Amino acid sequence: MTGKFMLSRRDLLKTSAAGAALGLASAAFPIRAARAAAATVGFIYVGPKDDYGYNQAHAEGAASLKGVEGISIVEEENVPETVDVQKTMESMINLDGASLIFPTSFGYFDPHMLAMCAKFPDVQFRHCGGMWNKDKHPMNAGSYFGYIGMGQYLNGVVAGHTTKSKKLGFVAAKPIPQVLLNINSFLLGARAVDPAITCQVIFTGEWSLAVKEAEATNALIDQGADVVTCHVDSPKVVVETAAGRGAFICGYHANQSPLAPEKYLTGAEWNWAKVYKMFVDDLMAGKPLPNFTRGGLADGFVKMSPLGPAVGEAARKQFDATLAEMMKGGFSVIKGPLKSNKGAVVATEGQAFVETAIELESMDYLVEGVVGSTA
Amino acid sequence: MADTVSSPDVRTILDVGGYRTALEWTARRAEAFVIPLAALVVGMVLFSLFVLAVGKSPVQLYETMWRGGFGSWFSIQNSLSRSAPLLLAALCVALPARLGLVVIGGEGAIVLGGVAAAAIGVALNGAPSFLVILLMGVGGAAAGGIWIGVVGALRHYRAVNETISSLLMAYIAIALMNHLVEGPLRDPASLNKPSTQPLADIYRVGNIPGMEVHWGLVVGIIACVLSWLLIEKTRWGFAARIAGGNVRAAQVQGLAVGPLIVGFTALAGGFAGLAGMLEIAAVQGSANGSLAAGYGYTGILVAFLARHNPLAIIPVAILLGGIDASGGLIQRRMDLPDATVLVLQGMLFIVILFSETFYGRFKLFNPDLWQRPDFLRGNV
Repeated sequence: MTGKFMLSRRDLLKTSAAGAALGLASAAFPIRAARAAAATVGFIYVGPKDDYGYNQAHAEGAASLKGVEGISIVEEENVPETVDVQKTMESMINLDGASLIFPTSFGYFDPHMLAMCAKFPDVQFRHCGGMWNKDKHPMNAGSYFGYIGMGQYLNGVVAGHTTKSKKLGFVAAKPIPQVLLNINSFLLGARAVDPAITCQVIFTGEWSLAVKEAEATNALIDQGADVVTCHVDSPKVVVETAAGRGAFICGYHANQSPLAPEKYLTGAEWNWAKVYKMFVDDLMAGKPLPNFTRGGLADGFVKMSPLGPAVGEAARKQFDATLAEMMKGGFSVIKGPLKSNKGAVVATEGQAFVETAIELESMDYLVEGVVGSTA
Repeated sequence: MADTVSSPDVRTILDVGGYRTALEWTARRAEAFVIPLAALVVGMVLFSLFVLAVGKSPVQLYETMWRGGFGSWFSIQNSLSRSAPLLLAALCVALPARLGLVVIGGEGAIVLGGVAAAAIGVALNGAPSFLVILLMGVGGAAAGGIWIGVVGALRHYRAVNETISSLLMAYIAIALMNHLVEGPLRDPASLNKPSTQPLADIYRVGNIPGMEVHWGLVVGIIACVLSWLLIEKTRWGFAARIAGGNVRAAQVQGLAVGPLIVGFTALAGGFAGLAGMLEIAAVQGSANGSLAAGYGYTGILVAFLARHNPLAIIPVAILLGGIDASGGLIQRRMDLPDATVLVLQGMLFIVILFSETFYGRFKLFNPDLWQRPDFLRGNV
């Protein structure tokens, strides 16, 4: 295509017989070619980009694309799951020329992103959360998500070695399957160290509710928990409150060690940079983007924060061994015999659910050893 | 607004060719426009200083805001869609304010109105669409009306501060919504985002023809106009204004202050409930946590900026919708945080509240104080 354009330009300039202008035109052309191949990618966050949590994890992924040639990034934070997000997507398409959009909050999918998919069939939309279904949803839509439960299991292994009181604490947002899997994984990781360990969970009811998160953290520590983790949008409050009380912390979503360097053990982090790079590479290569993408630790979708100074030798060993086991594939956190904390059998002897098992996506129980209730 | 204010006094006789009457008429009304506009300008100048302090160009910022909020047909529609729920949310503050009540818990009425509407829409699945949409509207308004009506009743009959009670009841409303959408009303298919069953397409409220703005905008504008007529042109509105000025005086006059307070707060809550219903029927399609998006709180800002005048709510809501719409472009083009537009909103709010103290202080706006020959003074 380049040659064709140069030729016509040359033909045009032949009559003018201006050699200098010819040189100028061919010098200018590569810049235009680069622009023609460039793509704008939009990122939309439900909270602040620097929340030390869910949104920061995505923003770090977006920031990693900033050096990629031909890609420009547009971002918007604090966009509610209302008509606002629809207008933000439209604005990114109309005013910034975005051709690929990542609405990163779970609640953006239905009806907001689906409405925009129908309206802009030439724009690609990929949503974080794993809702896409080829029978129900359009082909310019798609989902990506990571199996982060394994990360919480590893958190649990380190917590199990660190706890003295044999009591762990978990501050959770809502009793939905993703959160329940994280709680269960955390406890089961700890029980792999010592089967006598228990974990108390407190649900705050909202994804971001700083006051209740602080109250919940304090209440857990008051009841004897000495290692705390969480699943809320921004773990900042939980981390700082727990560290202030002298408890140890396992992180979630992003690396919170700068908030409590001494007390931070490790953390289950998203590695969205890997996922976004993958999409953008396909986009630049002109390949169709995958509609359904998932991965765990072995695929690089999830990573662990570096182990903190308080992690002992035994913990480090078991952490490394478990991680190596997981990287081989086929590791199961939920495996029989296992009962829920209400006594119901959730996995029989010999039954094991790998991280990709569809049954885990409708989890509605807390396993034996978790103190708390889903309703 | 076509009435005249001049009574048959000497000034009318001296008014050659009606100029003086026209001038006085204009002067009396100018105050209500000049002061808020001046406050707006002062607020924007202060905000410019803030923008300069963070090292950005205020000119570029205002230019970006204009482009994002009103600079193109797309931007205008963007602003209008965002302002639609604010109109009704602001009425929830403005109507009780005419009775001297500061109600800040409209969010609760919006949330419950939305849940009620969603429940009705799902329960009546199969019935004719006009009937279901009508009943959803009535149900949403009733839920919101009862919620804020209770606030009014607590105020009048039990002397509970309405500001605090409405705020606390908003928290209760959100907790109630969470309980309902995560429990009895939950669609079992909504695993990771608990929601009610989705409404059938025929029960959805669509867009205004030729625009990408849903009918909620029209409903909101009609509600504002009707509220203005209610307050300014009816005896109930007159009674409310008297009670708002002085409850004792109103009671001495024999006005039924109790029913007036409960009626106005219930109507205000009804409008907010209707906003919730429209959010469900026009935007969300099912009730879930996204209903508590903060419209009720932005509505407080709108109502105060409009000085609780229902007609003024219309331009103020559109202005705030525009500021909101441009917030995204400011983030993307100028690399400023989202909080930037909140700073602007905050500055405007403070300056406009402060400007309240200037009403009645300028001779310019009060023809009665204009210099006249001494012999006329007795006729004023």
